[in-house]
Amino acid sequence: MNDVIGLAPWLIGIPLIGAAILLLGGKATDRWGHWLGVAASAASGVIGFILMFRMIGTPAEERSVDHHLWTWLSAGGLDVDLGLRLDPLSLVFVMLVTFVGTLIHVYSVAYMDHDPHRRRFFAYLNLFVAAMLTLVLADSYLLLFVGWEGVGLASYLLIGFWDTGRPSARENAVAAKKAFVMNRIGDMGLIAAMALLFAGTGALDFATTLSDDTLGSLSEGTATAIGLCLLLAACGKSAQFPLQAWLGDAMAGPTPVSALIHAATMVTAGVYLMVRSGPILEAAPTAQLVVVIVGAVTLLFGAVVGTAKDDIKKALAASTMSQIGYMMLAAGLGPAGYAFAIFHLLTHGFFKAGLFLGAGSVMHAMGDQTDMRRFGGLSRFLPITWITMGLGWLAILGIPPFSGFWSKDGIIEAAFIPVEGQPWRAWVFGTVAVLGAGITAFYMTRLFFMTFGGRRPRWTENQHPHEGSPLMWWPLVFLGVGSAALGLVLGVGGTFVTWLEPVVGHAEHHEPVLPVPVIITSTLVVVVLGALLAFRMYAMSLVPEEAPRGSFLTRAARRDLYQDAANETLVLKPAHGVARLLQVGDRDVVDRGWSLLPQVLSWFGAVFRKAQSGYVRSYAAGMAGGVLVIAVVAWLVVGLGGAQ
Amino acid sequence: MTEFVAPEIDWLALAPLIVVLGAGVVGVLIEAFVPEKVRRTTQIVLALAALAGAFAFIAVLWPQIVVQPVQVVGGSLTLTPFALGAQGIIAVLAFLGVLVVADRTTTGQDAFAPAASAVPGTPYEDLARRSGLEQTEIYPLLLFAVGGMMLFASTDDLIVMFIALEVLSLPLYVLCATARRRRLLSQEAAAKYFLLGAFASALFIFGVALIYGFAGTVRLLEIAQRVQQGLPLEGMSVLLVSGVLLVVVGLLFKVGAVPFHAWTPDVYTGAPTPITGFMAACTKVAAVAALVEVLYRISIGVGGVSPDIMRQLQIVIVVVAILTMVVGTVVGMVQTDVKRLLAYSSIAHAGFLLVGIAGFNAPVQSSTLFYLLAYGLATIGAFAVVTLVRERRITSGTGEDNGPVGEGEGVVLGEATEIAQWAGLGRKAPWLTAAFALFLLSMAGIPLTAGFIAKFGAFTGATTGGLWWLAVLGVLASVVAVAFYVRVLVVMVFQKAPDEPESTGTEAVEAGLSTGSTSEDAVPTSGGAVSAGAAATLTKVRVTSAQRIVVTVVRSRGPAAVAIAVCAIATVILGVFPSPVLGLVEQASKFVP
Repeated sequence: MNDVIGLAPWLIGIPLIGAAILLLGGKATDRWGHWLGVAASAASGVIGFILMFRMIGTPAEERSVDHHLWTWLSAGGLDVDLGLRLDPLSLVFVMLVTFVGTLIHVYSVAYMDHDPHRRRFFAYLNLFVAAMLTLVLADSYLLLFVGWEGVGLASYLLIGFWDTGRPSARENAVAAKKAFVMNRIGDMGLIAAMALLFAGTGALDFATTLSDDTLGSLSEGTATAIGLCLLLAACGKSAQFPLQAWLGDAMAGPTPVSALIHAATMVTAGVYLMVRSGPILEAAPTAQLVVVIVGAVTLLFGAVVGTAKDDIKKALAASTMSQIGYMMLAAGLGPAGYAFAIFHLLTHGFFKAGLFLGAGSVMHAMGDQTDMRRFGGLSRFLPITWITMGLGWLAILGIPPFSGFWSKDGIIEAAFIPVEGQPWRAWVFGTVAVLGAGITAFYMTRLFFMTFGGRRPRWTENQHPHEGSPLMWWPLVFLGVGSAALGLVLGVGGTFVTWLEPVVGHAEHHEPVLPVPVIITSTLVVVVLGALLAFRMYAMSLVPEEAPRGSFLTRAARRDLYQDAANETLVLKPAHGVARLLQVGDRDVVDRGWSLLPQVLSWFGAVFRKAQSGYVRSYAAGMAGGVLVIAVVAWLVVGLGGAQ
Repeated sequence: MTEFVAPEIDWLALAPLIVVLGAGVVGVLIEAFVPEKVRRTTQIVLALAALAGAFAFIAVLWPQIVVQPVQVVGGSLTLTPFALGAQGIIAVLAFLGVLVVADRTTTGQDAFAPAASAVPGTPYEDLARRSGLEQTEIYPLLLFAVGGMMLFASTDDLIVMFIALEVLSLPLYVLCATARRRRLLSQEAAAKYFLLGAFASALFIFGVALIYGFAGTVRLLEIAQRVQQGLPLEGMSVLLVSGVLLVVVGLLFKVGAVPFHAWTPDVYTGAPTPITGFMAACTKVAAVAALVEVLYRISIGVGGVSPDIMRQLQIVIVVVAILTMVVGTVVGMVQTDVKRLLAYSSIAHAGFLLVGIAGFNAPVQSSTLFYLLAYGLATIGAFAVVTLVRERRITSGTGEDNGPVGEGEGVVLGEATEIAQWAGLGRKAPWLTAAFALFLLSMAGIPLTAGFIAKFGAFTGATTGGLWWLAVLGVLASVVAVAFYVRVLVVMVFQKAPDEPESTGTEAVEAGLSTGSTSEDAVPTSGGAVSAGAAATLTKVRVTSAQRIVVTVVRSRGPAAVAIAVCAIATVILGVFPSPVLGLVEQASKFVP
C-alpha cells in the first residue's frame, strides 16, 4: 500500500488543476475545455482504481493508511497536520465519485452542448470532484470541513448556473441562495461540533478523536452534544428533516448536476459524516436515537412528498431525500447499520444517478419539459432511456436481484434488530422502513409509467422525441448495468460488509424481532402492492379500454374507475392534502422563516444606515453618548455582580 | 556634587523610526530643491527605500529584542517583541501602500488632485489640472504618518503616545482631502475626520490627565506599579477607571470600533482610494497595537489588586467588541458601494480583533499581530483593486452607439465604486477579479486563506480567556459576514455587465448616472452645501444623451499590480503554510509588555 500512497494527493490535485485551468484559461479553452474536464475526472478515477487494487491485495488490518501532507498550523500547543486517510470507506467514496462523476462528465458534454458557458460548467464540475474527494479523504475534521465548504460552494455555483438569460433565471438564483443559506446552518453545526471536540479532546484528527482512549475520557453529555451538532451538519448537507427544503429547489440546476451532486454524491456526505463519526455516536446513545428518528421522519416525509410531485426532477429529489433517510436511519443503528448505510449509498449513487440522467434524457427529448403529465408513451421513442430507467426503477423498488434489494433489505433487517431496554424501537423503525418501501414503490412506479407508459401521449405541440447522442446514452447504459448488477456482485456472501469491517467494526450478530424470511417477504409484498396500486392508477386508468384481458376485466377496470374516484376522495385526496399541507407548510412556514432572517437583518442595517447621517455633530454626539453608555454598563454589571 | 550624565541612547533601537521620519524630512527638502521633472520619482524611491530600510533595521533588531526588550530615553520608546512586530507589520504594509499610491495607471493620472488647495470648481483648479501639476508632498506626508504609527505602537509613555497619535493623524487628515475626483466629498471627509479626531484626542488627553491625577505618572508600567502598591484605591479608583476609559475610547476611535466608528465609512469613501487602503491597514495596526499595550500593561497592575476594576475594563472591551461586530456585519450587508462595504468590513474586523483582546491573556498578542498582518494584506490588496476599476465616458455620434467599447476609447473617469457596476468584472479582468475574490475570502475567514488562521487565533484567545460565549458570538457574526462578501463575489462573477452588448443605451446611461452621485447614505450634507455643490466640481459626471458611461478596468503601470500580486500570494501562503510566520509572531507574546 505504501508504495502507491504518494498518488493519493493527485486524486484531488488533478481535478483541482483542471478546474483552475478552465477558470483562468478563459475563452482560449472553450474549444477543448470540456474534454479536459472529462480527462481530469477520469484520471482521478484511474488513480482510484490503482489504489483500490493495491488495497485489495493488502491484509485487512493494514488497509487504513494515514498519509501526512504537511503541518498546517503549529501554534501554542495546537498542532494541525493535514493528511489524507485511505481506508476501505474512503476508497468506496473515491470509486463512486470518480466513476459516476466521470460518466456524468461525459454525459454533460452532450447535454450542455448548446450552452455558451459549457467550459465554466466543467470547471465547476471538476471543482466539485476535487472538493468531494477532499471531504472523503480528509484525515481530520478540519480538512473534512474544507471539502465540506468546497462542495457547498460548487453546489451553489452549479444550482445557480442558469441564473442569467433564462426565463427561470430569478428562481434559479433564489434556489441557489436558499441552498446556500440552509447549508450555512448545517455548517454552523459542524463548526460547533469541531469546537466541542477540540475542547473535549484537544485534537481534530480522526486517529486521535475517534480512538477508544479519547472517547472514554469524554463525558456522555459532551459526546451527545457533539453528536447532535454533527447531525445538524449532516441534516443541512443531506437535506434531512428539518433542513430538507432546499433540495427540491436545487433541481433548478442543470440535470447532470442534480444527478452528480444532488443525488449520487454530495447529499450523501452527511451519511459519510455519521458513519465516519460512528464511535462518537456510539458513545452517545441519545444522539444515536435522534439520528434514527431524523432518518425515519425524512424517509416518510420524502416518500409522501414524492407521491404528489408532477415535476419529474422534483419527484426524484423527494425520492433522494427519502432514500438518504434510509441511510441515516441505518447510520444511527450502530455497527449493524453502518455497512448497509454505505452499501445503500453506493447502490443508490448508481441507480439514482441513472434515473436522473434518464430524466435528463427525457427532458432533452421533450424540449426541457419536466411535467410528467405532459409525457406518456415514451418507451417506444426512447428505448435506451426506457430500459435503463427501468433497471433503476426495479433497483430502487428493491426487487431481487437488482441492486437496491441487497442494500435496502439489509437496512430494513437492521432496523428490526431489538435494542436492549427499548423494545419499541425495533417495531417502530422496522415498520416505518417497510412502509417507506411501499410508498417508494408507489411513487416510483407512478413516475415510471406516467413517463413511459400508455399509448396515448399527453405531449405538448410539436414534440419529436428521440434519443440523444451516444455520449448521452452510454453513461445511461453503464449506470443501468450498475443498478442491475452491483448489489448482486457486492451483496452475495457479504463481500461489501466484510470490506468495510476494518473501518466500521464487526457487528455482533443479533436476531431481528421477526425471522428474516418473514421480513423479506412482507417487504416484497408491500412493495408489490404499492407498485400495483400505482400501476393501476397511472398506467391503466388513463386508458381503461386497453385492459389486457377480456370483458370481465374491462368491467372490473370500470369499477376500478369508480373505486379510483373513491380512492381519490378517501385516500388520495387526504394523502395529497397531507402532501400539499407539507408542501405548503414547507413553503409558507419554513421558507418564509428563512427569508425573514435576511429581512430582519437588512431592516436592522437600514436603521443603522439612518444613523449614518453625515453630520459631524451627530457623530460626535454618538461618541459622547457611547462613552456614557459604556461607562454606565461597566458600572452596572460590576455593581450588580458585586452585590451578589 | 551633581554631575551631568549624558543620557545613553540605544540608537539602533531608534533606527527604524529615525530612518522613516528622517526620510520624511528629506522629502520636504526634495520638494524645495529637486527639479520638478524628477521630483516624483525621487520621492517614490526615497519613500520605498526608507520603508525597506526601516524594515531591515527591524529585522536586525528582532533577535536582540526577542531575548531582552529595551527601553530607550526613559521608556519613551519601549521595544518589546510585540511592539517591534507591530512596527515591522506597519513597515511592510506601508511599503505595499506606497506602491499603490505611486501607481498612475495607463491613464497617466494618479489619484490625487493637481492642486489640493484649490477651491473645487474655480478657474485656478482648472488651470492646475491643465498645466499638469502634481502633488508630490503626499510621499513625505505618508512617511510622517508611518513614523507616527510606528512610535504609537511602541511607547510606554502616555504623553509620547499622544504625540505619536497627533503625528500619525495630522498627515492623514491632509491626505484625505487630496482626492482628484469628487473633491468636495474628499474635503468633507477630511474635515469630519479632523473634527472627530480632535474630539477623540481631547478625550484621550483628558484621560491621561485623570490617570496622572491618580498615579502621579504617565508611564504605563509605573501606573501599574502604583496600583499594585495599593495607593489609596478607595475613592480614588474613580480617577483611574474614568481615565483609562477615556484613553481607551481615544484609541478605540482610531481602531474604528462602535460606537466610535461613525467617521469610518464617510472618510474611507471620501479619501483617495490608495490612501484609504493605506489608512485602513496601517492605522489599524498602530491603533490596535497601542490599545493592546495600554490595556495589558494596566491590567498587570489592576488584575491582582482590584478584580472589580479589571472586570469593568473587560466589560468595556466585550461590549464594544459585540457592538462592533454586529454593526459592522449587519450594516455592511446593506451597502451598495464597494468602498463603504470595505469600510464596514474594516469595522467588523475591529470587532473580531477586540474579541481576542478581551480574553486578556498573553498569547493573544501573537494572534493579534497575525490578524493585523492578514487583515492589512487583504485590505491594501482590495483597495488597490478598487483603484483600477473605473468609469469610462463614451461620447457617441460615431454611429456605433451600443457596440462593444474598444481599448482607449472615450475618457476614463473616476472609480466605479457602485457594487452593481462591478457586474461582469470576472469576464473583463479575470485575474483582477480572482485577486479581489481572494481578498474577500480572506476577510471572510475561509480556510486556506490567511484570514481563517487569523480569526481562529482571535477566537481561541477569547476562549482561553474564559469568554467562550463571546467567541461563539464572533463565529456567528463572521458567518453572517460571509454573506456580504459573497454578495460582491456573485455580482462580479455571475452577473452580466449592464454595458455588455445586450443592454440598451438608455440603461447604460442610467447606470452611469446613478453612480455620478454618491451612494444613498453617503449624501454628505454637513454644512448643507455639498450635495448642491458637488455639481460644480470638475469631476462631476455629466452625462448627456449622446454620452454613456461604461465600466472599464485600467491597466496598472506596475507598482499597484506588484502590490496586488504580493498581497494575494502572501494571503495564500499565510493561509496554507502559516507555520513560519506563526512561529515568528509567537515570540511576540514572550514578554508581557
